[in-house]
Amino acid sequence: MNLNNMGLTVADLNKGERGVITDCSSEEIPLKLLEMGCLPGNEVTLLHLAPFSDPMYMNINGSFLAIRKETARLILIQKIDE
Amino acid sequence: MSKQVKVALIGNPNTGKTSVFNALTGLNQKVGNYPGITVDKKEGVCKLSRGVKAYILDLPGTYSLNASSADENVVIELLLNKNDKDFPDVAVVVSDVENLKRNLLLFTQIKDLKIPSILVINMSDLMSRKGISLNIPILEEKLCTKVALLSTRKNTGIENLKTLIENYRTLPKAQCLDATSIDSDYFERLGKAFPNQDLYKLWLVITQDVNFRSVARNELDFTNFQTKTAPELKRLQQKEAIKRYQFINGILNEAQVIDQSKAKDLRSKLDRVLTHKIWGYLIFFTILLIIFQAIYDWATIPMDLIDNTFATLAEWIKNTYPNGGKITDLFAEGIVSGIGGVVIFIPQIAFLFLFISILEESGYMSRVVFLMDRIMRRFGISGKSVVPLISGTACAIPAVMATRNIENWKERLITILVTPFMTCSARLPVYLIIITLVIPNGNFMGISYQALTLMLLYLIGFGMAIFSAFVLDKVMKIQRKTYFVVEMPSYKLPLLKNVFITVVEKTKTFVLEAGKIILAISIILWVMASYGPGEKFNNAEKIVMAENNNISDTALEDKITSYQLEHSYIGIVGKTIEPIIKPLGYDWKIGIGLVASFAAREVFVGTLATIYSVGSASENESIETIKIKMSNERYENGNKVFTFASGISLLLFYAFAMQCMSTLAIVKRETKSWKWPLIQLFGMTTIAYLFAFISFQLLK
Repeated sequence: MNLNNMGLTVADLNKGERGVITDCSSEEIPLKLLEMGCLPGNEVTLLHLAPFSDPMYMNINGSFLAIRKETARLILIQKIDE
Repeated sequence: MSKQVKVALIGNPNTGKTSVFNALTGLNQKVGNYPGITVDKKEGVCKLSRGVKAYILDLPGTYSLNASSADENVVIELLLNKNDKDFPDVAVVVSDVENLKRNLLLFTQIKDLKIPSILVINMSDLMSRKGISLNIPILEEKLCTKVALLSTRKNTGIENLKTLIENYRTLPKAQCLDATSIDSDYFERLGKAFPNQDLYKLWLVITQDVNFRSVARNELDFTNFQTKTAPELKRLQQKEAIKRYQFINGILNEAQVIDQSKAKDLRSKLDRVLTHKIWGYLIFFTILLIIFQAIYDWATIPMDLIDNTFATLAEWIKNTYPNGGKITDLFAEGIVSGIGGVVIFIPQIAFLFLFISILEESGYMSRVVFLMDRIMRRFGISGKSVVPLISGTACAIPAVMATRNIENWKERLITILVTPFMTCSARLPVYLIIITLVIPNGNFMGISYQALTLMLLYLIGFGMAIFSAFVLDKVMKIQRKTYFVVEMPSYKLPLLKNVFITVVEKTKTFVLEAGKIILAISIILWVMASYGPGEKFNNAEKIVMAENNNISDTALEDKITSYQLEHSYIGIVGKTIEPIIKPLGYDWKIGIGLVASFAAREVFVGTLATIYSVGSASENESIETIKIKMSNERYENGNKVFTFASGISLLLFYAFAMQCMSTLAIVKRETKSWKWPLIQLFGMTTIAYLFAFISFQLLK
């Protein structure tokens, strides 16, 4: 089952944009990321991008983290419009 | 009678846990190893009041009790094993005021193991600047703990923490989360199967077992217990995290107020420049240039001083005890030059660790990881490989150990395998001496040829590391999940005390570890050069005199000593391998240096010093510097030994060859197999031989 096609993911955010995590149940997401606050209902803000938009530097639930684009693609979100 | 309290210092990375450790123990600390693994074990002693002492164990930083690396696993193994001699009476959980929410996740887990816990909120001096205010009594009440507000920077709150540690018996032991709320059915079954055990502890043992088979089971037998599949367990772990955050959010809503409008944000200002697509890289490379400038230019001043001091010392020994015979020689030529060969590295190692610890402490290193990850991934390694590779320019040993936080095994293994190509400081004396011998003086656009050569050698080392990583990535068939989560800590001014302690600790470790080997080899070499088997060595004087009747006394003595050296044990070794190294442009004396270098590269210069000073021992001249001796070294036919061709060949050999027993030993420990260090040894040395061979044949 691939949920990724169904909605926006963190990888779709532009610099400065925010979103609310809706699902992060993918097997491939490391537990460590979940424990650092990457959980449904929490907010994500994309802060900076390295060249080729990878890795992505973001604020998840108050934690400042960098993750690779391939992981970001697994985290489903709903965009918050400013 | 003195009482003692065993304290475990636990906390997320980047919370200033080490600062707290340093504040409590000062220089009363030592770094050891956990048995069987290479995780550093930092212990220290802190005096509390009235003869009570606290033994403080600084555990590796971890984000939770679910380990994803060997470092983190140490924490869980200890906390699950009540019989461990280091099992703490009290856990001091260090958090930082800016990341309290995330830090509390680990705290609630430790509380749930029913270990008396104190919550340290560090960096409290930042509260007003970040617009944060905390209601400590509510925090203490809801978390069933005592809170110590601390600022290691402003040095406040330490005494309060010491008092809390001393009164650890009064700490409440209540748990934060009821384990059955994660999955009531599963945990009730678990409780029935093990009626005398704590549920949360059982849960940790089960989940850790999936990742690390080594967790101490404490005679728990799960064979009759119907557990769940790994994906199901992970879903429960996610649920656990959600439950814990609900609990934490509930508390922080009451106890914490953050006024964003008051927050002065240094992070976003600095990140805009330091992680910029152009400026970020420019700044990083400028910093690298400054580091190299420091190591190769500024460090030469104290190094020359050390060099001269040891030369003077050796001379003084010879002059003071002229009748000591072999004993004087052993001290002057074997031991003093051996120790000198170690001590001379101190300025460079210290400079390198000074910079690395400043970059780490300030939070900048994570930005480098962020900037470099994509580029490095193209070569099969990770942004996290940058730190080991940079550390590799000091010494491959700490560098290989620094790969531990690379979660992906393949990326980590490749990083370990290629790191020894980086130009470590042990190669530096070899480079420096050969460069001054064979590279002419002169300038290219204001930069001397010699400096350029040195820079080229660094680039060659780095290039070879990257290139072989690329090849290994294509060749190796290991498929592992990628894990790449890097915390971007806030920027901080590095604490001088922390930097100082790191520099002292690392330098001390290097000098003691490498020093032992180098000193031992120097002595062995001296013995091997001073004694030899049979007629030719023992009757050197007669043989040479018989062959040369009418030459001056000094020339005769020279002939005798070199004849003796040639027929000493070491001379025999050198002569034996001469046919193999002749095509590279080396004579048997260099051969001895090469053989000795396989123990440790830095031995090379010391070895030549030993060999050449043995050569002129009978002359009562002052000790020449090794450089002059080497440049005067000639073959029988009068040709110089150190020419441009043989020099370049030697430089390339040292650039690529795997010549460090300690690194091989560390690689064996880190990869848990002899396969990888052996691949390194033969692979790298073959590459070295080929490059040296080609360059000499082309240039001669």
